[in-house]
Amino acid sequence: MIPTDWIYGLIGGVMIGAAAAMFLLINGRIMGASGLLGGIIDGTGKANMKERLAFIAGLIGVPAIVYFTIGAPATNVSNNMLVLLVAGLAVGVGTRMANGCTSGHGVCGISRFSVRGIAATLIYLLAGGVTMLVLRHGLGVI
Amino acid sequence: MRILFSLMAGGLFGVGLMISGMTDTQKVQGWLDVFGAWDPTLAFVLGGAIPPMLLAWQLTKVKTTSLLGTTIPTPADPALDRRLIIGSAIFGFGWAVAGFCPGPALASLSFGGFGGLSFMVAMIAGMYIQPSIKFFGLGSKA
Repeated sequence: MIPTDWIYGLIGGVMIGAAAAMFLLINGRIMGASGLLGGIIDGTGKANMKERLAFIAGLIGVPAIVYFTIGAPATNVSNNMLVLLVAGLAVGVGTRMANGCTSGHGVCGISRFSVRGIAATLIYLLAGGVTMLVLRHGLGVI
Repeated sequence: MRILFSLMAGGLFGVGLMISGMTDTQKVQGWLDVFGAWDPTLAFVLGGAIPPMLLAWQLTKVKTTSLLGTTIPTPADPALDRRLIIGSAIFGFGWAVAGFCPGPALASLSFGGFGGLSFMVAMIAGMYIQPSIKFFGLGSKA
């Protein structure tokens, strides 16, 4: 039997890909979460601010509607404030420096065989794996 | 129309992230925990997300304008640089520490509690300060 988690992963994944395809073919834009949000934060996205805000509103709002009507899976988010602040800062700085995250470099980059997208994905996967090894199995802090 | 489709794409992306299990930080950490209790779900998510985008990018080869009239971006794929490499490594570290990347952090904002909100505040702060990094050419693009 295939674990149901994998099937849900695949179904959710198709939805993520469909959202990216729709954003590309209808709006003519690349669906990268860090780029869309980052452009609002640092002001570089002034030219299409409304489109960015609408995307973020949908990304927060529609899951919120699902959560309040049907429910949502647990996020199991850490309650260690230091962990959250260090991780948040690193994700914010790193994704803007690299110009993309899992959606932009991962989904949109790999699918067009972008060398930068594939390289970025391999690097953040490797960095994430090493971090788990050191901080979970080595030091036992996460 | 742009706003409406932007909202819809964001919403579909968010629900896809929820269904696929990517808003569960333990699942994401499980994927990066190759030497522990490895959880391969994320591979199914990427496997589901890439085919629709692969198709979409192929379509843009014959159709270069989006449905709403804008030119579909064909991002150049310049050589790898230190911003991409170092940025992706910093992102991968933060991704592993909290189990959140930007998309799922936004999608789970309504049900991620105080921890999720704290991560978001730190991530936004990171996005805000990144352009002002003054060393090694890692700040704003000159």
